Amino acid sequence: MDIILQQLVNGLSLGSVYGLIAIGYTMVYGIIGMINFAHGDVYMVSAYVTAIAIALLSFFGIESFPVVILGTLIFTIFVTGVYGWVIERVAYRPLRGSSRLSILISAIGMSLILQNYVQISQGAKQQGVPTLLSGAIRFDVGDGFVQLTYMKLFILCASFIGMGVLTYIIQKTKLGRMCRATQQDPKMASILGIDTDKIISTVFVIGATMAALAGVLVTLDYGGFDFYVGFIIGIKAFTAAVLGGIGSLPGAMLGGIILGLSEALFAGLISSDYKDVFSFSLLVIILIFRPSGLLGKPEVEKV
Amino acid sequence: MSQDSILKVDNLVMHFGGIKALNDVNFEIKRGSVSALIGPNGAGKTTVFNCLTGFYKATGGNIMLDACGKTTSVIQVLGEPFQASDFLNPVAFAKRLKYKMFGGSHLVNRAGLSRTFQNIRLFKEMSVVENLLVAQHMRANRSLIAGILNTKAYKKSEEEALERAFYWLGVVDLKDFANRLAGELSYGQQRRLEIARAMCTNPEIVCLDEPAAGLNPSETEALTKMIRVLRDQHNTTVLLIEHDMGMVMNISDYIVVLDHGEVIAKGGPEDIKSNPKVIAAYLGAEEGEEVTL
Repeated sequence: MDIILQQLVNGLSLGSVYGLIAIGYTMVYGIIGMINFAHGDVYMVSAYVTAIAIALLSFFGIESFPVVILGTLIFTIFVTGVYGWVIERVAYRPLRGSSRLSILISAIGMSLILQNYVQISQGAKQQGVPTLLSGAIRFDVGDGFVQLTYMKLFILCASFIGMGVLTYIIQKTKLGRMCRATQQDPKMASILGIDTDKIISTVFVIGATMAALAGVLVTLDYGGFDFYVGFIIGIKAFTAAVLGGIGSLPGAMLGGIILGLSEALFAGLISSDYKDVFSFSLLVIILIFRPSGLLGKPEVEKV
Repeated sequence: MSQDSILKVDNLVMHFGGIKALNDVNFEIKRGSVSALIGPNGAGKTTVFNCLTGFYKATGGNIMLDACGKTTSVIQVLGEPFQASDFLNPVAFAKRLKYKMFGGSHLVNRAGLSRTFQNIRLFKEMSVVENLLVAQHMRANRSLIAGILNTKAYKKSEEEALERAFYWLGVVDLKDFANRLAGELSYGQQRRLEIARAMCTNPEIVCLDEPAAGLNPSETEALTKMIRVLRDQHNTTVLLIEHDMGMVMNISDYIVVLDHGEVIAKGGPEDIKSNPKVIAAYLGAEEGEEVTL
């Protein structure tokens, strides 16, 4: 019983991180219909930026946790957002209007460039950040206990706030309206005076900021990272996006949480070696019954 | 360009590969008029509209739009390729570079021209009122921070936008459907909503592509009235493509007739009705056949 509860807690925090990264995949797919394979590497870049930010802050003698975490978040989100903007500008915009396949190849190229650039500039060794927040809350359950570390709690709060703010922006603000309009019919949005190129850039920046939020949270929790860390988590987040229905924002969040929960439960109860096999099998099974994902809309051929 | 014309099309040419869709089209639209573009199927009417609104980049020619206090060259703002002379003239070079980087069809709309489509292109998954709010984004306080913090100025601009949206919903008689999804409306309602959306961008000239297609006679009657309202109460110039000749002859001040990508006649409704070229184009030139439009 306590293992199940413990794995539920772990899975929820893992899932919310998957959800945050999946948002980047799903929004970009929604607006220009491409899979941004460089997105996992944007996450990886944000892990390095987090370490740099913490090092910078401690260099200036700032130690108090709230200031460090806030400073790191703002710095990382800003820098990673700039990365997102530049990637769109350099790798995707020149190919706008060409076939989807060439944009896809460009994305794979961008992913390799980012990995190698980080490897050369930061070294291939695994790096780490110090633990900033230690301690945990324990709940007694039967014979054992369930432990919720403060860091996991922080991850949960921060990612749900992040998703909440994003949902608010997309549903309620003018920018969100313009994003949704561009997603539904870019040509028409442009005829109504919306600068669609700018909106597409904005979407890339939003995706990158969400990846940056995830990057900061995971890096602070696990401590270690290397230049290859974006690959597997990127694939998992992409799976989450497909699971929830690619193109759908709540779908990405839901898909992330389902994937995280099922992975953690499987690892805790059956075998942690086969947890990736399980999560991809889950994807296959769900896609057999709902080909467009849990919350995705079935594609209707336009007549 | 003379003072009272809002739109001037000179030698407009549009080729799709080897197909010459438009071949040297010239016409001029007077400010505050209702003008119609007519012609048999495949004459190139919608292609003219697509060139005017920046949906297509015309192969050649010139489109000058004189609205919102300035003259805009529609083809230029879409971003033309560099020419040899640009490399000698830094001002021309900078201008072309600017439009190549930041140009696009959104600038045509911002210059005061908006349009509707023959096959309705509403944002079907947004509510009716949201469709109208999206169209007004240029006038409103657009800062994202202001939006998140819900500042006073932002709220005020949102309220104004909402008010304007409801005003136009009133004009097109859709007030009761404000919160329905646009895709759920009936065909005629969607057509009216599209006109309202085009008007929400505050254009000086609005191009309507077959606004009466698929409407029943009473709806067409209401549409005719509405177009007059646009012209008389909102000082909007209206340019429309229409196949319903009764309606065209009824409301137009000026008619341009296209056939095979060329202008074959232009003038007032009476002239057009009796023009033998027009009759021939519509009915095929049969000797001695009695035709009336």
